[in-house]
Amino acid sequence: MSTPTADIIDLLAGIAANDLLAAVRDQRAQARENAQRSFEALLEPAAPGTFALAERYAVASFVSQLHGFAEATAFYGDLLGDEAPALIAVVADAATDAAATGPFGAYREPNLQDESTDGVRWAADAGTAAALGPRLSAALAHTHLLVFRPREARAEALQDLVDAGWSPDDIVSLSQLVAFLSFQLRVAWGLRVLAAASAPLATSAASATVPEGA
Amino acid sequence: MTDVVTTYAELARPDAYTQEGLGWVPWLLPVAEDELTDAQRDALIEPARAKMPYFRLLARDPEALRARTLTDLDIFYNVSGGIGRAERELAAAATSRHNGCVFCASVHAASATRESGRQADVQRLLDEGVEADLGDETWNAVVAASVALADTPLAFGDADIARLRAAGLDDAEIVDVIGGAAFFNWANRLMLSLGEPEVPARRASTR
Repeated sequence: MSTPTADIIDLLAGIAANDLLAAVRDQRAQARENAQRSFEALLEPAAPGTFALAERYAVASFVSQLHGFAEATAFYGDLLGDEAPALIAVVADAATDAAATGPFGAYREPNLQDESTDGVRWAADAGTAAALGPRLSAALAHTHLLVFRPREARAEALQDLVDAGWSPDDIVSLSQLVAFLSFQLRVAWGLRVLAAASAPLATSAASATVPEGA
Repeated sequence: MTDVVTTYAELARPDAYTQEGLGWVPWLLPVAEDELTDAQRDALIEPARAKMPYFRLLARDPEALRARTLTDLDIFYNVSGGIGRAERELAAAATSRHNGCVFCASVHAASATRESGRQADVQRLLDEGVEADLGDETWNAVVAASVALADTPLAFGDADIARLRAAGLDDAEIVDVIGGAAFFNWANRLMLSLGEPEVPARRASTR
């Protein structure tokens, strides 16, 4: 597929070039440009190496759906469809099965134990794991950990990735991918909500409505 | 063969949130300082970061590190327009407090204190949590928005924008809060999942 030239955050936020928020974003031009470069580095790398594009898009589709962000789910689902159409339904079903609420998790620090909380800790079932393969099964389990309960991350979780064939370089890239998406989706969502609350016809911020999907 | 993953049986781990400085140890081997390629050094942006294991570990994907760092620096240090440095650091600290990143919270709580002089208010955020009253509505609104934006599935909404506006923030300031809070959903996940905090030896020995 060709490299998208659109600013992906603007795309996901529904911001057009002439919108007021585009001008506001221009005040942080370096951040805007490098959020886009992060997308390119992690999702459109010139040399993806042993971390295949299909794996990257499967992770991105999974993350988007877990966040309940319809526009992002559609966008990354399209990228996955271009690369590995057979994975679309598998990843979508996995994300449905993996739905949870975060952030939650047990603290390691003794004086924070009172704040430890429980929630859904997900790993692919046997059928899903067979369809995903061992590398992607391990990646999605790790992705779920990072999305919903990052405070429970331990060295043992990295060992699970190593055991599934992930190299240290690829573990860093996978971690960056999930972490970056956690940023990108929130910026786009936040801007989308702000744009809706700034609609010219709104008589007050409180009366503005958020468009469908936001 | 050497283990790929490093674990630390004996580590002076922190007990709780703190504004005091913490160290950080990696679970995967960072690139050795004398083996950094030109592309990896370039990706560090600030040469002093070659001393820090966290950045040398991220240097395994130099393109991603470079773009991450330049995004970070602009969101937090570009002071032309927008909201003040203290409030950006507060958004970072509140996000870290909510996600559970003791290391990130220590760095950015200390920065919020340094930028604002409000050590006690910042400490209340760490001790009591994100519901604490920090003494004025602007700070409380920034914390509430940061917390709302950290939740998954995404639920940040109209009421969060309305509260920021009611506290006097304009769109550029709100975009900075969104940027700072969103960025720490990135940073927290790297810091929490690629290594862990440790209490520096000089303090660990006296407790």
